[in-house]
Amino acid sequence: MWKGRITFGSIELPVKLYAAVEDKSIHFRLLDAKNNEPVVQHMIDPKTGDVVPSEEVRSAYATKAGQLVLLDEDELDATEPRDSREVEILRFVDSDAIASEWYDRPYWLGPDGQTSRLYFALARALADQNKEGVARWVMRKKEYVGALKAEGGHLALITLRRTGEVVPASSLSPPRGRDLNQKEVAMARQLVESMQGSFDIESYHDTYRERVQELADAKAEGKVVKFPRTPRRESQKSLASVLQKSLAAARQGKAAGRKSA
Amino acid sequence: MPEHIGRTASDLPDGGDEGESYGRPFWTGTVSFGLVNVPVGLFPASRSNPTALRMVSQGGTPLHRRFYTARDDRELSRDDIVRGYEVEKDRFVVLDDDELERLAPEKTGDVDLRVFVKRSEIDPMYFERGYYLVPVGANTKAYRLLARVMEDMELAGIATFVMRGKEYLVAIMAENGILRAETLRFADELRTPERIGLPKPARVPDADLKRVEREIARLTESELDENELVDHPAVKLLDLVEKKLKKDKDVLELPEEQEEEEATGADVIDLRKALERSLRKGAAAKRSTRRKRSTAKRG
Repeated sequence: MWKGRITFGSIELPVKLYAAVEDKSIHFRLLDAKNNEPVVQHMIDPKTGDVVPSEEVRSAYATKAGQLVLLDEDELDATEPRDSREVEILRFVDSDAIASEWYDRPYWLGPDGQTSRLYFALARALADQNKEGVARWVMRKKEYVGALKAEGGHLALITLRRTGEVVPASSLSPPRGRDLNQKEVAMARQLVESMQGSFDIESYHDTYRERVQELADAKAEGKVVKFPRTPRRESQKSLASVLQKSLAAARQGKAAGRKSA
Repeated sequence: MPEHIGRTASDLPDGGDEGESYGRPFWTGTVSFGLVNVPVGLFPASRSNPTALRMVSQGGTPLHRRFYTARDDRELSRDDIVRGYEVEKDRFVVLDDDELERLAPEKTGDVDLRVFVKRSEIDPMYFERGYYLVPVGANTKAYRLLARVMEDMELAGIATFVMRGKEYLVAIMAENGILRAETLRFADELRTPERIGLPKPARVPDADLKRVEREIARLTESELDENELVDHPAVKLLDLVEKKLKKDKDVLELPEEQEEEEATGADVIDLRKALERSLRKGAAAKRSTRRKRSTAKRG
């Protein structure tokens, strides 16, 4: 948890910042196959084959032209941002102004200090006006830019990727081809409509993660594990006939059966 | 040393950018809705940390990572190493590649859109990483059809699929005639305000609301300014590199064999070019198993 202050205009709002993401992935250790003991890793100098202890490791930047530029510790320190508690709001925009390709990692914000009045006022105002703030702050010697949003009555901050890291969708041109057949568009529309539903994130589970966990648990107990086989899909015929078939299946509710298979 | 490694030695750690080259899609497969198949290739919409640094020796030789036995510091080759899951302290079960492969719910290569939902229903807090889908093969009709319908109806198709040893929940949507995918976090990967212990939303006095609204209005602009997303420390670092290159201070040639081991250099411009080309011509159906730096460079 990190503490900071959201500032814009005359507003100064002390907040606590909490990671919203919880790491649920299954972590493996690399083991020596002979005795199942964890391995250790070292960096070696390929020229001499010698292990280089971590205090002797230097940093270098590799250029596209195939050059290495050595950088000293104090040179790197000088590029680090100055520590601060300020979460500066640079601007507010409509909430569709920040395209999703920029989003990186979400954090929750909580009120810090005596009163939560301003905190909830800001959450409420952003929700009512459908706006987001663009925030910039330095946390643990790293500079961040994030989208300040209202989320179900609370405030959240989603860090944004930086210029030079993202290919914006607006910079690309779509694939071309002969004009789409209107009948096919209509059929595809119908098909998609027949499969329309509401989004319930809770209904999805990382079943693969669960199975890996089960496998690990079963093996730990010395059980024999059986693996199911999975079916293959059939080959594709003409687009119109496939759309026709899909629609027919959807109407008879067969599509639903297949979908939940 | 907890480690999430790829399937085989030639595979890349999932989600990472290490060694990702952008000449070709890194995954090809089929997006399907109903019985319609759309062959696609996947490109990341972003790359992380363009200023990642290399570890080198005092003399400037790029270092290699090697594995050793903990007991007697003997070097191990890839074949001497297995993947273990710690069931209790210092007790491991070994899970081999073949076993994990067979656990995959469906053979990789299929993204079956089972339900279409309003885009606005998906909370962006769930978005993990963005990808662009490019058509594979000369016929782009099914691709364009799906893109057109989803964009018109402001819908996203939802699917789960397995890629590189991990199951992903994805939302596929269309923007400007281009299909894109956002991998989504599962519900249990996101903490709720209740779990963190945030206070329940409270009534807001009118005066406070008015004051906040006034200040928001003052700072409101019509669009995002990408200049505000510039990574200042990264710019400083690149300036420093530039200066040293000019003065030819602390500059070394990168040894050839090192380039083979860890591909670098592909940046977001290479990525954009590769995407442009694939969207225009369709991506090649098969990817080569071994990607060389030369392909990345041309990309």
